[in-house]
Amino acid sequence: MSGIELANVNKYFDKNHVLKNVNLKIEDGEFMTLLGPSGCGKTTTLRIISGLEDPEIGLLTIGGKNIVNGEDKFYTPPSKRGLNLVFQSYALWPHMTVFENVSFGLEQKKMKKAEIRLKVEDSLQRMQIKNLMNRYPSELSGGQQQRVAIARAIVTEPKVLLLDEPLSNLDAKLRIEMRTELKRLHRDLKTTIVYVTHDQEEALTLSTRISVFFDGEIVQSDTPQKLYRAPNDLRVAKFIGNPTINLIEETCSYKNNQLIINSILGDFFADGDENVSDNITLSVKPEDIKIYSEPIGNGVEAQVYSVLPAGSETLIQLRIGDQLLTAKEIGEVNYPLDSKVWITFSFNKINVYDNKTGKLIAKEVEEQTKKAQFA
Amino acid sequence: MSENSEQNGRKSSNKIKNLLRNFFTNPVYIISFLIIALLSIAIVYPLIKIAINTFQWSARDFIPSAVPGEFTLYHWITTITGEISSSLLYQPMANTLAIGASVSVLALTLGAVLAWLVTRTDIPFKKTLGFMMILPYMFPSWFKAFVWLIIFKNDRVGGSPGLIQYLFSVGPPDWLSYGFVPIVLTLTSHYYVFSYLLVGAALSTISSSLEESANILGASKLQTMKRITFPLVLPAILSAFILIISKSLGSFGVPAFLGLPVRYYTMSTMIYSSIGSGRPTEGYILSIILIVLAALIIYFNQKMISKKNYETIGGKDSKAKLITLGKWKKFAMTGAVGFVFIVSVLPVVLLLWQTLMLKDGDYSLSNMTLHYWIGDSNPDIANGYSGVFKNSTILSALKNSVIIALTASVLAAMAGLIIGYIVTRSRKMFSSKLIDQLSFLPYLIPGIALSAIYLSMSTTKILFLPVLYGTLTILILITVVKELPFATRAGTSTMIQIGGELEEAAKVSGASWFKRFFRIMLPLSKSGLFTGFIIVFISAMKELDLIIMLVTPSTNTLTAATFGLQEQGYPQIANASVAIIIFIIVVVYLVTTIFGKTDISKGIGGGK
Repeated sequence: MSGIELANVNKYFDKNHVLKNVNLKIEDGEFMTLLGPSGCGKTTTLRIISGLEDPEIGLLTIGGKNIVNGEDKFYTPPSKRGLNLVFQSYALWPHMTVFENVSFGLEQKKMKKAEIRLKVEDSLQRMQIKNLMNRYPSELSGGQQQRVAIARAIVTEPKVLLLDEPLSNLDAKLRIEMRTELKRLHRDLKTTIVYVTHDQEEALTLSTRISVFFDGEIVQSDTPQKLYRAPNDLRVAKFIGNPTINLIEETCSYKNNQLIINSILGDFFADGDENVSDNITLSVKPEDIKIYSEPIGNGVEAQVYSVLPAGSETLIQLRIGDQLLTAKEIGEVNYPLDSKVWITFSFNKINVYDNKTGKLIAKEVEEQTKKAQFA
Repeated sequence: MSENSEQNGRKSSNKIKNLLRNFFTNPVYIISFLIIALLSIAIVYPLIKIAINTFQWSARDFIPSAVPGEFTLYHWITTITGEISSSLLYQPMANTLAIGASVSVLALTLGAVLAWLVTRTDIPFKKTLGFMMILPYMFPSWFKAFVWLIIFKNDRVGGSPGLIQYLFSVGPPDWLSYGFVPIVLTLTSHYYVFSYLLVGAALSTISSSLEESANILGASKLQTMKRITFPLVLPAILSAFILIISKSLGSFGVPAFLGLPVRYYTMSTMIYSSIGSGRPTEGYILSIILIVLAALIIYFNQKMISKKNYETIGGKDSKAKLITLGKWKKFAMTGAVGFVFIVSVLPVVLLLWQTLMLKDGDYSLSNMTLHYWIGDSNPDIANGYSGVFKNSTILSALKNSVIIALTASVLAAMAGLIIGYIVTRSRKMFSSKLIDQLSFLPYLIPGIALSAIYLSMSTTKILFLPVLYGTLTILILITVVKELPFATRAGTSTMIQIGGELEEAAKVSGASWFKRFFRIMLPLSKSGLFTGFIIVFISAMKELDLIIMLVTPSTNTLTAATFGLQEQGYPQIANASVAIIIFIIVVVYLVTTIFGKTDISKGIGGGK
C-alpha cells in the first residue's frame, strides 16, 4: 500500500506563501501528474512529499503512515519514506561511474556486493543502458543521462517514484521516446508515480490523474479525459490543449432557471443558477469547429484570416467581427485568405465560465437548448 | 475545558520533542553550533577580554594606588592625551596611515595595469609573465626588506654597508636607506599581487562583446575603457583595496627591519615594542585602535562595493578579443619584463648571492663561500654559527614551520569547506549568517593585534582549556583563525558551484550527512580544498607578524629565527633561511597547482 495523502499543506518561503491549503489524495499505483506554469507550487509539493522541503502546516501520510505533521514539527527523513526522486537536472554525481551512481543507494542499505551487482545490472538492463555501466556521466548524451537517473531511482525498488520535470531537458524526439518508456515502466513496476511537468501534452499522455496548480493552489484534480473535456476553471481551460482553446466573452441573462446566452455563435440556453454575473466566457475547442465553403443551415458566417498548415493537421484562423477563432482540421486543407466560410460547432462540447470567478458554470451545453431556442 | 487543555499540552510537548529530535539528528545544526562555539572562544571572547583588560590596572603598573584588576581609565588617558601620546600613538598612527594610503594607491594601480596588460592585450609570453607576476605572493613580505638593505644599507646605522656603497663608495642618504620610502616601496612590490590577481580575474570574466558593442556605438578605446571596462572591474579593485590596506596597516616585518633602526615607528612595531618593554596594556590599546581603524576603512569600502556589484558579468563562451598594442608592444614588454625582474628575479639573486659572501658587503669572487649553507661551526665566523643545514636550531625551526604550516592549512581548508557548505546550503538560517560574519571577523584584526590578544590569553587558562603559551598548538590555532576568512572564501565559492540537487539525490538515496559530505561534497570540491590549502600554506609558511610574539625557543619557527638572526646581525644565515622558506613555498605551490587545479584568486578576494 503506497497511497499518498496531503491534508491542508501550507508552505512558506520566508513570508512568501507558496502552498495554500493543498489537499490531495493519490491512490496506490496511480500515475499522478502535478501540472501548472512555473512558480505554481507543483515542484514544492513534490519536494514536500520527498522530504527535501518541510511544510510549516499540514499532514502527509504515505501508505497510511504518518510522515509529516507540520504543527508538531514532525518530519520523517526522506530516506525513511520508501521513495525515490528523479531530478530535473538528473543530478548524476560527476565523479562516479554509471555503475557507482546506481549502486550508491543500495550501498546505503548495506546490501551484499553480489546482490548489489545483480540489482544494478537489472535496472540498467531495464533502461537499456547496461553497456554504459563503466562510463562517467560527462561521457553520456542527455538522453542516456536521463536513463541513468531513472535507473538510479528505481534500483532501490521504491514504493513511490517521484519525477521532477524529467523530460524538460531533452529534445522533442527523445521526449516522445521517453514518454513511451515511462508509461511501460509504470505498468511494469506497479509503483505509485508522482510526476511534475509544465507540459500539458505530457500530462495528458502519461497520467491516470492530473492535478492542476495555480498560485500555490490545486484548481482541479481529474482524469485526463475529464480535465480535457471540462476544465472547471478558465485558467485551466487556457492551459490545457494545443492549440489553445477559443474563448469568447459574452453577456447573459437569467430566466426560468436557465441562462440565456446571446453570442456570435448564436443564442442558446444553459442550465445554471442565479448567482452568476452577467459576463461569461464560452470555450470552444479548435477541433470542434467545422468549416464549410458554402452556406449551411445553422452555420455562422466567418472570414478566413490565416491558414497554418503543419503536415498532419492544418490550423485555420477565422474572424467573426472582431473575434478571432482557431479551427483545426486533420490533413492538408486550404482556403483563400479573406474568403467567406460558414462554421458549425458541436454544441455539446461548449463550456460556459463565469468571468468574475473564472469558474465553470455550465458544461457540455446540450444541443436541444439550441433547438429550444428555435422552437 | 480541562480535556482540551490537556490535549494542547500533549501537542506542545510533542512539538518540543520533535524540535529537539530535529536538532540533534541534523548534523548541520550540531556543526553550526560547534563552529559558533569555537569561533566565539577563538575570536569573540579574546576580543572582549582584551578590551576589558585595557580598563583595568595590571600587575605591571608601578603606580602606588594601583590595585591589579580594579577599573581605571589611566591607560586610555595616558595613551590618548598623556605626555608620551605623541610618540606612542599619534606619530606611529600618522606613519601607519601614510604607509597604508601610499601602498594602496601604488599597488592598486600597478596591479591593475599589469593585469590588464596580461589578460586583455596581445603581449607575448603571457604564461611566463603571469607566473612571474604572482611570484612575490610566495615571498615573505619582509624578505624584500632584507634585499632593500642589501642594496641600500648605509654605514651610519652600523653594520656592513650595502651594494651601492660598495660600488660607489658613497652611502645612500638615510631617507633612501630606512623609513617611509623603502617601507612603501617594498610593501608595494609585494602587495600589488592582490590587485593583479583580483582585477585579472574580473577582467577575464568580462565578455569582450560588452566592449565591442561600445565600440560599435562609436566610443573610442579610451572612452570604452573609462565607461565600460573600469566600472565593471571596480568591485574587484575595491576588494583588492581593502585586502591591501588591511595587510599594510598590520604589516610588521617590513617596518620592523626598515623602520626600527632609525626609530621610525608604525602602530604595529609600536605594539611590539610596548609589549616587549613592559607596557602591555598600552600595546593592547594600540591593538584595539588599529582594529577599529581597519574595521572602519573596510566598513566604508564594503558600503561602496555593495552598491556597485554587477552580477551580470556573464558570457563565458565569448572569447575575449585581445587588444593589439602595436607600436606600444615593445614598450609594454620592456616595462613588464623589467618590473618582473626587479620585484621577482633580482631580489632572489641578490639574496642568494649574499648567502655566499663570507664577509657581508664584499662582492668579490674571492669572498664567496658555502659556509653559511653547509659549514660546520667555526668560532671565527658569525660567532660560531654553523651553516643552515648543519644548524640544529635552524633545522628544528624549519621542522616547526613545516608542521605548523601543514597542520594549519589542512585544518583551515577543511574548516573553510565546512563553513562554506553551511553558509551556502542553509543560507537563510540565522546561525549561518552568524557563522558567515564571525568567520570574517579575523579579517578586520591586523596580524600583530591578533597576536597581542593571543599573547595575553595564552598565558592564562581560558574556560576549560589548558594554558597554551609555548606550544605549537597556539601557533597553529592563531594561524587557522587568521586565515579563516580566506579559507572560507575558497570553500564558499567552491560550494556555490556544486548544485544542491547532487546532495539531495544522495539524501533521498538514504545517505547520512557524513556519507554525503565525504562521498559527494568532498570529492567534488577537491580543487576548492586545494585552493584553500595552498593559500593558507603560503601564508603560514612565511608568517611573521602573527607569531613573532608567541614563539618560544622550543616552538621557534623559521621565520621567527630569521627575524632573530637579522636583528643580531647574521644576515647571511638569515637570508639562507629565507631562501629555504621561498624554495619550500614555490615547490608546494607548483605541486598543488599542477595536481589540484587550484586558483588562488578564488580565495584571496577581499571582503565578502
